[in-house]
Amino acid sequence: MACEAWRAKLDTYVDGELAPVDAGPLSTHMRGCAACATDALQRVQMKRSVAMAGKRFEPSAELRAKIMKSVAAKPRREIGWVWKIVAVPAVLVLIASIGVNWYAGRANTRRQHVYSELADLHVMALASATPVDVISTDRHTVKPWFQGKIPFSFNLPELQGSDFTLLGGRVTYLSQTPGAHLIYQIRKHDVSVFIFQDRGDEKASLASGPVHAVSFNVENWTQNGLRYFVVGDVSAGDIQALSKLLRSAG
Amino acid sequence: MEVSDQRLQAATFEAIALPLFDQLYNFARWLTQDTTEAEDLVQETYAKALRGFSSFQAGTNFRAWMYRILRNSFLSSRTGLKTTVVFDEEEHAPATPESSSPESLLISEVTRETVQRALEELPVYFREILLLCEVEEMSYQEIAETLAIPTGTVMSRLFRARKALRGLLERRVEGGRHGV
Repeated sequence: MACEAWRAKLDTYVDGELAPVDAGPLSTHMRGCAACATDALQRVQMKRSVAMAGKRFEPSAELRAKIMKSVAAKPRREIGWVWKIVAVPAVLVLIASIGVNWYAGRANTRRQHVYSELADLHVMALASATPVDVISTDRHTVKPWFQGKIPFSFNLPELQGSDFTLLGGRVTYLSQTPGAHLIYQIRKHDVSVFIFQDRGDEKASLASGPVHAVSFNVENWTQNGLRYFVVGDVSAGDIQALSKLLRSAG
Repeated sequence: MEVSDQRLQAATFEAIALPLFDQLYNFARWLTQDTTEAEDLVQETYAKALRGFSSFQAGTNFRAWMYRILRNSFLSSRTGLKTTVVFDEEEHAPATPESSSPESLLISEVTRETVQRALEELPVYFREILLLCEVEEMSYQEIAETLAIPTGTVMSRLFRARKALRGLLERRVEGGRHGV
């Protein structure tokens, strides 16, 4: 390769960025070519003098302190006694108001929590490639499948003469308790039925009746020590109809 | 970087960001050419980086990320805005493929101060790439990440920057010889 061609690569070479496949032959070439070697040396000298000239400005101690303070992992705030006089009553008022709000909002939060969890379970099952673990339209197949898998038993309704079809079921969990998740279909819409034991947890605090939560229609009730939830994007009337069927069976 | 909670995150940030402080300040001072502006810029950089640290992608270069924040903050500052127009023009300029030889200039004759003057005189887009390459000793890849340009552009811009610097130095040395 001619010197001119090598020189085009010299910058990359002195920057240590030339691929080994080129760097090796270039080193060999420079051993025999004084002109290219001098050129490379001058480029290195230029790099060095820019590096030296570039290291020029030192930050002030004040700026260093400011930056260190701003990024400190545990900022220590020293609050003087004057602040305490203001802060203590303010904190007391705050605690009192939080308490009041907490009592008022508790039931609401619980309800929202349970409903959003149920909505998640419903959507998750529909989004799954295998929404049910036992696939059957026959309640006499689906019900026994749950034996030994959940700590209670339940009855499923006869669907003949109704618009509903049973697709199957799976074991599910809500607030760390196991339960049955059944999927019914009506006019191509999937409706989830959840059955849990009615124990003294947050589920038990829910008032029975129809609700419209996170854009789903939900009906819930307790029967024979079991808490039923019917969740779906179908009309409230359809949810009611399915609930009625389940009530009659349970 | 797997950062599990905020405190750990803050501690991690402190541990890896503080060692860059002196270099970042030097770079900021070169960009802004003004002490107060450089100080503001460094403070802004740390504040932004701390806020955005949770979005910092593991596996990417932290130093380049910090320099990029600093540089972007500079470009959106009042002084920086004046330089953006020149940036655009520069991007459309054709790359100069021919080699330029530094033979005519004896770098040993050039004082540190002369190099500093020449660097000050260079347009920001040449000055910054030279500083990143020579002072910060960044790889082409790191420079590319910092300036958000392809590696090919790093090479061509670096080439032009060196050529421009050499030109300025030659003029200064020549001027010195003739007592100008």
